[in-house]
Amino acid sequence: MFFTTEDFLSEFGFAITTSLWMIIGIAAIFAIYLVFSAAFSFIYNLYSRGKEAKGYGALKTVTFGDESAVVANRLASVLGVLTLFFLWGLATESKLLPFSLPGPFNGDAQFEYTAKNSAGETDKATVTFRVSKQGAEVEKLVAPETSEGFAKDDVVMMLERRSKILKAQNNDEGGKDDGYTITEINGQPIQADSVVQVEGAEVLFTKRGSFSIRPKGGMTMEPLFLPPPEKVWDTFLKLNSEGYQGVSLWENVFWSLARVVIGFALGCLFGIPLGYAMGLNGWLRGWFDPIVEFMRPVPPLALIPLIIIWFGIGEQGKISLLFLAALWIMTIAARSGVSGVNISKVHAAYSLGASKTQLLTKVIIPNSLPDIFTGARVAMGVCWGTVVAAELVAAEKGVGKMIIAASKFQLTDIVIVGIVIIGIIGFGIEVLMRIIEKRLIPWKGRG
Amino acid sequence: MSGLIIDDVSMTFELPDGGKVEALKNINLNIREGELVSVLGPSGCGKTTLLNICAGFLAQTGGNLSLNGDKVTGPSPERGMVFQKGALFEWMSVRQNVSFGPSMKGMPKAEMNGIVDHLLEVVGLQDFKEKAIYELSGGMQQRVALARCLANEPDVILMDEPLGALDALTREKMQGLVLKLWKETGKTIILITHSVEEALLLGERLIVMAPRPGRIHKEYNLPFAEMGVGADLREVKKHKKFGVVRDEILSMIWDMEEEIMGRTESA
Repeated sequence: MFFTTEDFLSEFGFAITTSLWMIIGIAAIFAIYLVFSAAFSFIYNLYSRGKEAKGYGALKTVTFGDESAVVANRLASVLGVLTLFFLWGLATESKLLPFSLPGPFNGDAQFEYTAKNSAGETDKATVTFRVSKQGAEVEKLVAPETSEGFAKDDVVMMLERRSKILKAQNNDEGGKDDGYTITEINGQPIQADSVVQVEGAEVLFTKRGSFSIRPKGGMTMEPLFLPPPEKVWDTFLKLNSEGYQGVSLWENVFWSLARVVIGFALGCLFGIPLGYAMGLNGWLRGWFDPIVEFMRPVPPLALIPLIIIWFGIGEQGKISLLFLAALWIMTIAARSGVSGVNISKVHAAYSLGASKTQLLTKVIIPNSLPDIFTGARVAMGVCWGTVVAAELVAAEKGVGKMIIAASKFQLTDIVIVGIVIIGIIGFGIEVLMRIIEKRLIPWKGRG
Repeated sequence: MSGLIIDDVSMTFELPDGGKVEALKNINLNIREGELVSVLGPSGCGKTTLLNICAGFLAQTGGNLSLNGDKVTGPSPERGMVFQKGALFEWMSVRQNVSFGPSMKGMPKAEMNGIVDHLLEVVGLQDFKEKAIYELSGGMQQRVALARCLANEPDVILMDEPLGALDALTREKMQGLVLKLWKETGKTIILITHSVEEALLLGERLIVMAPRPGRIHKEYNLPFAEMGVGADLREVKKHKKFGVVRDEILSMIWDMEEEIMGRTESA
């Protein structure tokens, strides 16, 4: 056997444990967010007490369980979003807030070590370290010239959150002799792998006798993982004016949207007639049923590798992929639009003298529009998700391409801007489709 | 030969499990031009099947059916149909619905508009021409359905429980309207209903059907439709004979239902 049960269990167990910790973390963040919600809700209730709500809904005595009596509190929505930004700023030392969680250690600190030389004598020396922000200009620490005893003071220059290794005995007199050992940090006895907390840092005494100094990280997040909101905003403005890798943000968005629109349009062009054919003819329904029913549950993303093999990474491949993503959804929507026609309408049309063609254009097609629109909304959503994923894999331009390229250089701010833009456009598509739907088919759901 | 002639029509079909259903057996009916016929019967007696055969939506398995000497083989504008519900085209306005039949024939617009205006006035919807269907109440929608059917000038109007989905008050009003239309247009009307009172009011000739196999059980010739034209239908219902016939038919249908129940219980 290539893979034993124990292997599997240990690997799977590890996966479960790490996921569990992550879930606990998510639950903790969620709990903090809910605490804010509860606090605001409490204040809101105090404030709104005595102000009677008006209208028919306010007269209902049964509200818990009556879905129609539950109306989203828009103030809560605004506060919810603001709280999200507040927590974001708090955890990233945002300059928009007058305060924040304690940040990483920054500045000078020192600790003392005790060394014992080969002769058995002991001496003390000081390690001074200066921690500065990445990219900031700082004066270098200079090691003091004069020092009594054989152990000499050391200086280290460090960056926030980045540890550094110091072999303190290197500059000590006889420090390289056998039997020269370091025995204490700040008067605390140490041995190999001891960890000592000192002011501003955590010091690990390694097996090879050196100090691994790690400056304290604080409770905020490193900009590499999550940049502060204002940085993301600045990046957004910069992407707007300069773009990234020579392509402006809007050019990227345009390319992604253009692919979606073309792929979706092609999907409709083929899918809708195919759906009508399947709805109107038993032979054609039987002929295409296996393909449609098989292809529908295949996630379009699973087709990406095949599409790349066939078409390469150009536009042709991406548009074909989106075409396939939209095709089956539109086929099924059109088919159910035809099947959903009330037989009375068909009978009525025939007994009013309609021919088959007239029945199709005057009854079947208009009657299927609500179903087709529902399908179109789903298809647009799927296409948008698929285009971003396809661009992550391979593209020259596009929002997905922008964020995957930025992630390779750990430009988290660009990645976040990209994700927000993707979200806003996805939402925009949905809203737009609903507006068009209301305009074009006002009778939907009122037949 | 004029009128609708149903000559020994039968309808038998096979169930997926191999069993046979005799939905209709040897139906003979001779409906004169301009006659108002109501068909009544317990559920499952085949009255809707009979109407669908008359409309040409179903092919009978035995017998013949002809209208004014022409064999009925499929749907045709000669035989208009009014459905219970949901047969109007929601994507069209009231005007477009009513003019659907004429526009299928390619009638010029001016002529079509004249017909629509006239018919909407007859059914009392002259102020709702440009409204959408979903903006109308159930009763108004059925008025549109009647007008749409009349716009096509059919020889026979087949009505499949046209008032079945309406509330009692609207229904009474609509019964008056059906009588008025019948008298004014002189059309042959075959009306299917579940309601005994409606069958009595809207039938010069009332046909009671019985189930298993679907067949004609009894026929009445009644004066109430003629009496009801332009009169208060509530007054007609107070007529002594009205009560007598109603009770007779009610107990007849009651017995049929009992028989069905008994048969299913013993089966």
